[in-house]
Amino acid sequence: MLTILLDGVAYGMLLFVLASGLSVTLGLMNFINLAHGAFAMIGGYVTALLMNRAGVPFLATLPAAFLIPAAVGVVLERTLYRRLYGASPLDQVLFTIGLVLMAMPIAAYLIGDEPQQVHLPAWLSGRIEIHGVGIGVYRLFIIVVCGAIAAALQMFLIKTRFGAQLRAAVDDARVAQGLGINVDRIFAIAFAVGSGLAGLGGALAADVVGGIDPSFPVKFLVTFLIVITIGGSNGIIGALIGSLLLGVLDVAGKYYAPSIGAFIIYGVMVVTLIVRPQGLFARGDAR
Amino acid sequence: MSVPAATATMDRLAAHFHRRARCRWPEPIFWLGVLAVIFALPSRAAIINEALIAGLFALSLDLILGLAGIVSLGHAAFLGLGAYAAAILASQGFADPLLGLAFGAGMAALVGLVSAPLLLRGGDLTRLMVTLGVSLMLGELANRNGWLTGGADGLNFSMAPVLGLVPIGFTGQRNAALYSFAVLFILFVIARRLAHSPFGLALAAIRENRLRASALGVGASRRIVAIYTVAAAYAGSAGALLAQTTQIVSLDLFDFHRSADVMLMLIIGGAGYLYGGLIGAAAFIVLRDVISAATPEYWEFWIGLALVILVLAGRERIAAAPRRLIALVAPRVAPRGAA
Repeated sequence: MLTILLDGVAYGMLLFVLASGLSVTLGLMNFINLAHGAFAMIGGYVTALLMNRAGVPFLATLPAAFLIPAAVGVVLERTLYRRLYGASPLDQVLFTIGLVLMAMPIAAYLIGDEPQQVHLPAWLSGRIEIHGVGIGVYRLFIIVVCGAIAAALQMFLIKTRFGAQLRAAVDDARVAQGLGINVDRIFAIAFAVGSGLAGLGGALAADVVGGIDPSFPVKFLVTFLIVITIGGSNGIIGALIGSLLLGVLDVAGKYYAPSIGAFIIYGVMVVTLIVRPQGLFARGDAR
Repeated sequence: MSVPAATATMDRLAAHFHRRARCRWPEPIFWLGVLAVIFALPSRAAIINEALIAGLFALSLDLILGLAGIVSLGHAAFLGLGAYAAAILASQGFADPLLGLAFGAGMAALVGLVSAPLLLRGGDLTRLMVTLGVSLMLGELANRNGWLTGGADGLNFSMAPVLGLVPIGFTGQRNAALYSFAVLFILFVIARRLAHSPFGLALAAIRENRLRASALGVGASRRIVAIYTVAAAYAGSAGALLAQTTQIVSLDLFDFHRSADVMLMLIIGGAGYLYGGLIGAAAFIVLRDVISAATPEYWEFWIGLALVILVLAGRERIAAAPRRLIALVAPRVAPRGAA
């Protein structure tokens, strides 16, 4: 029972890191970025390839799994995404679906169709018992790392000057610009952080989901969107609670009621949208 | 304004809309051309049939996106529903295609009617999510109820000839294409009438400015539910046709990529004037056939690239492309505008 709960929490934490970047771009910047999973895929590939081909240890690959997708993100943001900030949701959806459609064949072309496995080091595999509750070491690792990321992100957005500037730029870009905030730069950095977090999430998730393959961006797209929908799109806390809820429900659902399967999370999402279209934990009213 | 002047304005308006609704000369040529293609290329009948069905599917998306301005990322829900309804009916021994078509359309319309109220709240993002969620739920439902849908194995069934005369299916691919053509044509004519009816004009008003439309007494809710139900029936018919003419149903009918593809077809052809879906679907299917013959694994890349360019160039400005082309070829002739 507790094991399932912890597994669910670990899965939820993982979802949070994967989706938190989306809650920055989609939630704060109001950009429907369906290509988010592509950045997660890049991060996963960076870790898998560095480990398998260059022999770099797992932990040492994680910074690269953050930085490379962030760099790709900032390049794409500067060249393409920024043109569509004010565009209609339909245009944003079409554009980012186009990016996903391009990302998958590129990955297949460069790396191949077969899933790239991430082999965890010995000290992260296996299980331990804490007060009679068994849990995988890697699950525990994920909970700790992702918890730290969640806390850091929240502090970053709430306590730092940059966070305040970002929120100001999102609330009213023109006034923020008038107050001397460099809105372009703020958005570029926020987008880079969001993409980097996605990459980190992809790297951490690689083992749990059985390797990274070119279909990753589509496979998890729906899950990300559900997290953001359930959690409400304008806050890290909402995304965190949404992810944890989804993680626990999904793992528990698969364990206790396998016949219903993925139905639970879709059902939760649709019910959420009916009851509170703006998300469970959103502040204020729907637009 | 005095009463005679108002009546005169009304008359002018009525005449204007009447003129707009009239059949123009390219339209019969278009349909005869399609018919000619079916007869001229019997060896490609399978792909023509696929394009016709995709055209019907895109037409159904045009009804909600182009006419009413409702975005959907889950239109495949109704395609899958119609296909499975028709296939299940056939596998139970009711092999008449028209019966299956009506059943598929009816089931899809029913689910459309039930799920349409979900679209009335929230913004575009909420609608995208709700439609996506509904399609995923239906797909999961089909996946989990293998006793009815055959699960991952699909269903095995055979169809009776259309009207008891014309056999369709693997052996009669050209007949299948003709059957799809007939259904598409009839449904298109109905859709065209719908678009030019007062109901269609009211939808246009809602699309352009919902608040203003309701201030003028054009309420949005019931009309959106109505057009969504009609569009669902159309998509269900497309699904039923697909199931009947290929005699295959599989779970990928509910997939996200089906919903994305149909949106892509409509955008390629241009939304809002009904022919866009048909042209876009034909272009998409032919393009996919050509590209995947050249690079079978990577054809998605080119579709994605086309989509990105389409959006960045501006979908509305594509319509003005011929003029800009002239400006490019002969810059001195054309007036200079923004590049």
